[in-house]
Amino acid sequence: MSWRRYIKRRWWDDERAREIAAYLENETADNIARGMPPAEAAAAARRKFGNPTRVREEIYRMNTIGWLESTWQDLRYGARTLRMSPGFGAVALVSLALGIGANTAIFQLLDAVRLRSLPVRNPQELAEVKIAGGNHGMGMNQQYGELTRPIWQAIRGKPQSFSEMFAWSANQRYVGQGSEMRSFRGLWVTGDFFRVLGIQPWRGRLLMPEDEGACPVTHAVVSYAYWQSHLAGREPGPGMKLVVNNDPVEIVGVAPPRFFGMAVGETFDIALPFCQPKEELSRDVFEVSVMGRLKPGRTLPRASAEMQALSLGIFEATIPPGRDPRSTETYKHFRLGVYPAAQGVSGIRETYDSSLWLLLGITGLVLLIACANLANLMLARASTRARELAVRLALGASRARLVRQLLAESALLAAAGAALGIALAHSLAGVLVWAISTEGSSVNLNTAMDWRVLLFAAGVAILTCGAFGVLPALRAAQAQPAAAMKAGGRGMTAGRERFSLQRAMVVTQVSVSLVLLVGALLFVRSFRNLMTFDPGMRESGITTGFLGFWQSNLPPQRWLEFKRELLDEIRATPGVLNAATTSNAPLLGASWEHGVRAGSAEGDAKFTWVSPGYFDTMGIPVVRGRGFNENDTAASTRVAIVNQTFVRRFLGGANPIGQTFRGMQEGDYPTTLYQIAGVIPDTQYNDLRGKTPPMTFEPASQLGPAPWTGLMIHSNVPPAAISATIKRRLAARHPDVIVELSDFQKDIRDQLTPERLMAMLSGSFGVLAAVLAMAGLYGVISFIVARRRNEIGIRLALGAERGQVVAMVMREAGRLLAIGIAAGAGLSLVAGRGARSLLFGLKPYDPLTLVAAAMLLGAIATAASFLPARRASRLDPMAALRDE
Amino acid sequence: MRKKPVQTDILQGTLDMLILQILAPGAAHGHTIAYAIERRSEEVLLVEHGSLYPALHRLEDRGWIASFWGTSENNRKARYYRLTAAGRKQLSAEMSRWERVVRAVNRVMRPAKE
Repeated sequence: MSWRRYIKRRWWDDERAREIAAYLENETADNIARGMPPAEAAAAARRKFGNPTRVREEIYRMNTIGWLESTWQDLRYGARTLRMSPGFGAVALVSLALGIGANTAIFQLLDAVRLRSLPVRNPQELAEVKIAGGNHGMGMNQQYGELTRPIWQAIRGKPQSFSEMFAWSANQRYVGQGSEMRSFRGLWVTGDFFRVLGIQPWRGRLLMPEDEGACPVTHAVVSYAYWQSHLAGREPGPGMKLVVNNDPVEIVGVAPPRFFGMAVGETFDIALPFCQPKEELSRDVFEVSVMGRLKPGRTLPRASAEMQALSLGIFEATIPPGRDPRSTETYKHFRLGVYPAAQGVSGIRETYDSSLWLLLGITGLVLLIACANLANLMLARASTRARELAVRLALGASRARLVRQLLAESALLAAAGAALGIALAHSLAGVLVWAISTEGSSVNLNTAMDWRVLLFAAGVAILTCGAFGVLPALRAAQAQPAAAMKAGGRGMTAGRERFSLQRAMVVTQVSVSLVLLVGALLFVRSFRNLMTFDPGMRESGITTGFLGFWQSNLPPQRWLEFKRELLDEIRATPGVLNAATTSNAPLLGASWEHGVRAGSAEGDAKFTWVSPGYFDTMGIPVVRGRGFNENDTAASTRVAIVNQTFVRRFLGGANPIGQTFRGMQEGDYPTTLYQIAGVIPDTQYNDLRGKTPPMTFEPASQLGPAPWTGLMIHSNVPPAAISATIKRRLAARHPDVIVELSDFQKDIRDQLTPERLMAMLSGSFGVLAAVLAMAGLYGVISFIVARRRNEIGIRLALGAERGQVVAMVMREAGRLLAIGIAAGAGLSLVAGRGARSLLFGLKPYDPLTLVAAAMLLGAIATAASFLPARRASRLDPMAALRDE
Repeated sequence: MRKKPVQTDILQGTLDMLILQILAPGAAHGHTIAYAIERRSEEVLLVEHGSLYPALHRLEDRGWIASFWGTSENNRKARYYRLTAAGRKQLSAEMSRWERVVRAVNRVMRPAKE
């Protein structure tokens, strides 16, 4: 059977019809020639030929592909029946589009952050070299920094299982001069970075091995977006210069638009080659990520083994100086491993991975509820169409054919729902990306459709169709024609088992929506806990900031004094109540840690170097001893203020004032003895979550000279306004000073974006689930009441009270609800375990949440079933019976 | 009219062969083919002329015959069929198969004459 013929069958039919006509003409003419009168001649010709229609039909059938034809018929029939009940079609379509759309959107995000490979040549060959098990927080750690540059240089010189290697590092730096200075997202790379990745320049040229040399850097490449927004898309070359970290740099080229660096979800502005400074590279800063292409045929385990064999030599050659023997020993025993890197690295991935999987589960459950609703609608439709189906069966349709016909209807709905859902998902994914972007860090994700997303949507649609179509179709086709036509909706109460499937669906819906409501309440409460959590310090009215003046050419001995001058100017700004400098702002992720020893107790403690007004500014009381003052200078005794956890941990609760502890030697920081001058209560350190670590504060004046400082400002005008004022005043007097200020509370809340997302989405999905379940319950109870119309009419006619009828219907609904809630409670306890790590200040099996969700659902469900119950009790018994 | 019942299952295979055979000397249209079968079988194989057309359609679909519109002897439009190379090959295959079957059937039916 050829397809060509199938497609051209209309044409063939015409052709054959003409041919048959030609035959009849011929024969008629022959007959006339034989002497027949014309009318008889035509009739004789037709007799001779037989039935032309039958002949055409036979040929037409030969041109037909059986199953395709009947499927097409089924689909058209399905479309017709759907058009006949537009209400059902619309409800089904909207709920499917929402369900499939939400699932697809979440999956699109997962695809973008987790599954998609980097847009580089042969990404699957990429692998990254890391220390197996991490570096135990040794030294300074930069985001995505796995190794130090000396380690990279040692690796680079060794024979490899890599055919090509490169290193990169991402960091914020400053471009421009004076008050025009702006921070940019820098990407530091080895010279052959772009070549190994197979990136072609958009304009000019990209970086090459020759660009890597002694500091300062002289050539750089910009990203397409930065080129457009900051360089007006001008031709790169000798004429295009930027001042990066005070050195003039020529922009030699532009990277293509789709290349965003190695970190998924982020972008870079300027890519610069690594340079070799005059002094030795620090062995303490873990700042580079080392990647490469594996030689053909090299597996990851083999590459790992080879890298491990080289490890001892590499680490012994790069031991950081000035460390205690214990950590030196740890360092020497680090082992390198090789890990897949086709998908690049991503902070977003780590932050949102578990949330996204959980959300995918949640949207899956919402879709399940929607499917149960649709299945119920289908069942209800099937029972009103029972007669039609019975007639078809009686006329000889096979059950299989009926099932196929009913399934065609579901398939149409699922396909249309999926198409709408995919369109919806695209906008939804955009909204989600926007929702996880904050002012400080916009999220840049490629959420374009790819085959994975389409496959996912198609899979979901097929599953959906199966979920809501198969059971009702099978059930409907099981009808006994004789019984159905006899009963035909007349008279008797339908048997209990007839509704068992609908009941099971409602129970499922109630239990699943309870799970979703519990989840929603947990996440909303968890988010609220975080928002209202008291970290032990002032949050509102605080502006946090950064001052940098390495461009001002002041001698280091003037730095401390200059900082004090700047601080005084800030404090003199109208609206500023108090201000202080600090080495790092609290609650925003920064951490500074040294090993300490007090008596026999040894361990790690956090260090923060602050100016005298710090505790007043932050509203932290000094509960014992004293705060810092102007008498704590570089020349005076080294003093520290510690928190209560420190006292408990290191001093065993003895009176701490006047006691001493020793900060251990580490890198540039020599061992130092500190005398405890005061004690503050426990506050959070760099995070709202987590336990308070042992914390110490030291006077900023006793930290070595540095041309920068952190700032905390308390004002009685909003941070945005005070920031503008301070920036204006400082820019006028000190154009060389970099000033960055932001709203402390907003920054803290921006860090809660994952929690906010979970609360928002799980909340909306919880509500959606409850609404769907309510609609389901309402539908089923209405349906049951409608089928029992006669029975209820008889009861009423025999003297049943209206209240009794209401109670009878409500009992029915209550039973379903009770089973559903009991099952849902059990499921919630199981499901809650998956959410444990995402909750703050709550246990996943929080009884209050469970009871609240159950009561909420109970109330909604009662309302939903009360309406049909009341309608049943208002029945006019005469009308109900006369309907017979 | 004489009416000899012609079993369709015999026709099923042989009708195709008969058509191919009739087309072997040259192109012909449906009307001619129908009469040719009737005439050459001495009116034993009497088929409804209409049933020829599905067979022609099938043969054309298999690529054994090709068709074109032409003008008939008495100046009427008619669809002509001619054998293709594949059709010629098929005809000889069918003929040898047919001869084998006929010989075999004859051997069974008339063993005395052997």
